[in-house]
Amino acid sequence: MTRGTVAGLVGGSGVVVCCGPGGVGKTSVAASVALESARRGRRAAVVTVDPARRLADALGIAELGNTPQRIEGSWSGELWALMLDARSTFDALVQAQAVRPGQAEAILANRFYRNIAGALSGTQEYMAMEKLHELHASGHYDVIVVDTPPTRNALDFIDAPRRLVRFLDNRLTRLVLFPTRASLRAVNVAAQAFLRTVSKVVGGEVVGEAVAFFQTFEGMEAGFRTRARQVQDLLAAEGTAFLLVTSPRADAVDESRYLAERLVEGGIAVSGLVVNRGHPPFDEVVLDLPTGSAAAGPLARLEANLRDLRARAAVEEAEVARLAAEIGSAPVSRVPLLAGDVCDLEGLGRLGRYVFAA
Amino acid sequence: MDPREFCARTGLVIVAGKGGVGKTTVAATLARLAAEEGLRALVVDLQGGDGLARTFGGPRLDYHDQQLWPPPGTGGGASGPPAGRVMGRSLTPDLALLEYLDDHGLRRIGRRLSRTGAADLVATAAPGIADIVLLGKVRQLEQQRRADVVVVDAPASGHALTFLGAPTTLLATVSTGPIRTQAEEARALLTDPRRCRVVLVTLAEETPVNETVQTAYALDDEVGVDLGPVVVNGLYPVIEDLGVDPGEAARSAGVALDPAQAATLAAAGELRAARQGLQGAQVARLAAELALPQVHLPLLPVASIGPDHLGELSRALADELQALTPVP
Repeated sequence: MTRGTVAGLVGGSGVVVCCGPGGVGKTSVAASVALESARRGRRAAVVTVDPARRLADALGIAELGNTPQRIEGSWSGELWALMLDARSTFDALVQAQAVRPGQAEAILANRFYRNIAGALSGTQEYMAMEKLHELHASGHYDVIVVDTPPTRNALDFIDAPRRLVRFLDNRLTRLVLFPTRASLRAVNVAAQAFLRTVSKVVGGEVVGEAVAFFQTFEGMEAGFRTRARQVQDLLAAEGTAFLLVTSPRADAVDESRYLAERLVEGGIAVSGLVVNRGHPPFDEVVLDLPTGSAAAGPLARLEANLRDLRARAAVEEAEVARLAAEIGSAPVSRVPLLAGDVCDLEGLGRLGRYVFAA
Repeated sequence: MDPREFCARTGLVIVAGKGGVGKTTVAATLARLAAEEGLRALVVDLQGGDGLARTFGGPRLDYHDQQLWPPPGTGGGASGPPAGRVMGRSLTPDLALLEYLDDHGLRRIGRRLSRTGAADLVATAAPGIADIVLLGKVRQLEQQRRADVVVVDAPASGHALTFLGAPTTLLATVSTGPIRTQAEEARALLTDPRRCRVVLVTLAEETPVNETVQTAYALDDEVGVDLGPVVVNGLYPVIEDLGVDPGEAARSAGVALDPAQAATLAAAGELRAARQGLQGAQVARLAAELALPQVHLPLLPVASIGPDHLGELSRALADELQALTPVP
């Protein structure tokens, strides 16, 4: 079984979705993939979800704009970056899908809507995918790299569009809102009783806002449903690669294996693996150290350090092997722990060269 | 500070931090330390993962208490004072909500909620409702005094703020009803320093330190919860003077060293010296930006933390606590 390279994988893809557990440097890897693509002459865009401040500064996207900013540099292609603003993305989607005058404005002002846009689980994932679709449809980019929120369940972002549509299309709410249809009247009585009980638990104004939202939203479900399907089609498309980013630590590897399994359940295979921040594989050095005072001397300390770092690398390599076995023939890149943090374009360039190394 | 006194100071300790900083390990270490000190500890998992159970070498946690340490079936003589132990359980919003509705005579509503998917609807209408129900359950565990200390492995930090801020958020939205009462009770627990404190966990790296400082200020301002020491986890044990020239060091020790060996030793020394320098700078920055005592835990050279490592970590934690001066 031969593995290709991550460079080859990215080179042949129009969309690269970076997924993986939190705290493994996923955003940096996503940005480095876009940068390296630009160096190879492509028009590349990276959508970041929650970049560290210094990285955002380096990319020139510290200000929320929700539109890609071009980063100038000495590469033959183009590099664009944007920091996702889930709320404005959702607002724009509502405005685009409105079917009557005043509808979007009424929705945007509703408190229940603001809760959906700000707090409903899966919304951020959905909006990352929505933004991806928008950029892809613009035709301005050869490759779009998306950083995803650190979700335990990778299906959250594949499934998010469908779940949101189902949520907006809730059968229960329809029963409550359209009581006039005679055939539904009996069911409706039960639904009304249900809402009354819910009101007792959480308070009437909360239920009132929700009902008002669904009344206003009426007519937009079809547009949302179509859009959700388009987003899902894009994720399942041939030119879309899923790059799993992890660190070689056991907890991150466990979570990555879980993510990979969920992806497969969703009909998506992991296309590539990037293992970030592993201890480099130093050669063994066997020394005949004298006992006594020299045992605590500078040479002994250097040797103790090498032994310690080698032990860490060996433990990590076993973890990586466990994960690599699970993803079939997908290419694997290893990025060693670097002497400095990655927080500028130069650091991203270094990182990108490791990710693309054959 | 005496470790036992530290563990027993409040009946509830909430361990919070960004994903990947070892929050679960720290929660487990705290519980193990409490047990070593003769206390009854209960660790509560809110994330539905099996990390906590694996750390103790036990089976996956569920909605019922199970003994994690000492391992069931070992030790425990008939005589002598009652020894410490760690029990563990998980809490999920769904089950906590069902239990809550059952307790309030709303069993049928609960069933319908979960069947129609309306639970999402309710949770969106009143964000924080799931968190309130979870906090209510945590409060119940604290009130029942089934353990001397309840250690909660909280959601990752952005979420921790949402989670612990839920009572305040909800009190602004919901003006009546049993959920409001529940939110008031949860807030009373969180803001009482004799009953509850939050221990933040971080790594000595740029982003986790930034997030820890932000979270600490937000928790203080928006929730008013008492903050315990910050745990800086995953530190390389420091080896001094790695910048020496290996060739020279070998000559003075009377050991033969070829150039390739010297280069390897130098490269490994440089890498660690650089990482130690970075971690030292981040520890100092954390101290400068956040006026909370710090306790440091080492990065063990193992794949995953198991029961044996937990003993090692709890001893390290005890030493660190001993060295802390008690907060007046």
